[in-house]
Amino acid sequence: MIKITEKPIDVQKVIDTASSLNAGAVNVFIGTVRSKAHGKNVVWLEYESYESMTVAEIRKIIDEASHRWPLLGWAVSHRIGTLKPGEVSVVVAVSSPHRKESFEACQYIIDEVKTKAQIWKKKYLKTGRNGFQQAHK
Amino acid sequence: MKLKIKTFGITRDILGGRLVEIEISQPTVSLLRSELTRRYPDLENLNSLFVAVNNKYADESEELSSTDEIALIPPVSGG
Repeated sequence: MIKITEKPIDVQKVIDTASSLNAGAVNVFIGTVRSKAHGKNVVWLEYESYESMTVAEIRKIIDEASHRWPLLGWAVSHRIGTLKPGEVSVVVAVSSPHRKESFEACQYIIDEVKTKAQIWKKKYLKTGRNGFQQAHK
Repeated sequence: MKLKIKTFGITRDILGGRLVEIEISQPTVSLLRSELTRRYPDLENLNSLFVAVNNKYADESEELSSTDEIALIPPVSGG
């Protein structure tokens, strides 16, 4: 399952989708919105995606991971829209026969998603009493 | 030829819209890139800028048509 969604991510559903009766390990990465960035308070983040390209890119990443590790199941869900600190922005779950490959595959997938998937965040930071500053990094 | 350019991330701020029209005769990706950087010099400050045509990263020599879905892909920042 690859999902780009404006709705809050149902973490358990992502885990269930990736799980398999033949697996001895399910590994989950949950990315959340930090409350501080560039030494300032984050008020909110806006995520957007070029969805058609993003889904194809994540599929390529999963294909490569499946080639490198014996994955039994996988799921990736990325949130878009407006997110506040503490909210879940991305969930990656994989299952495999043993734990080592599940850790490696999960890390590989989230690292690749962060550097390759066509998703952008814009940070809205608080400056002073009423000011905002926008940052793309 | 009139091209419609989709913008994402910081390119939307630089070009000032989600969809920007650019008129270029016999356009290629390379010509589009020079025209865009001429009009919007801030694009040159980006660490990378890819052009996607019909959902695939395009080569500089690729020819463009008015029906193509063209998008600017600045450095991504998901996760």
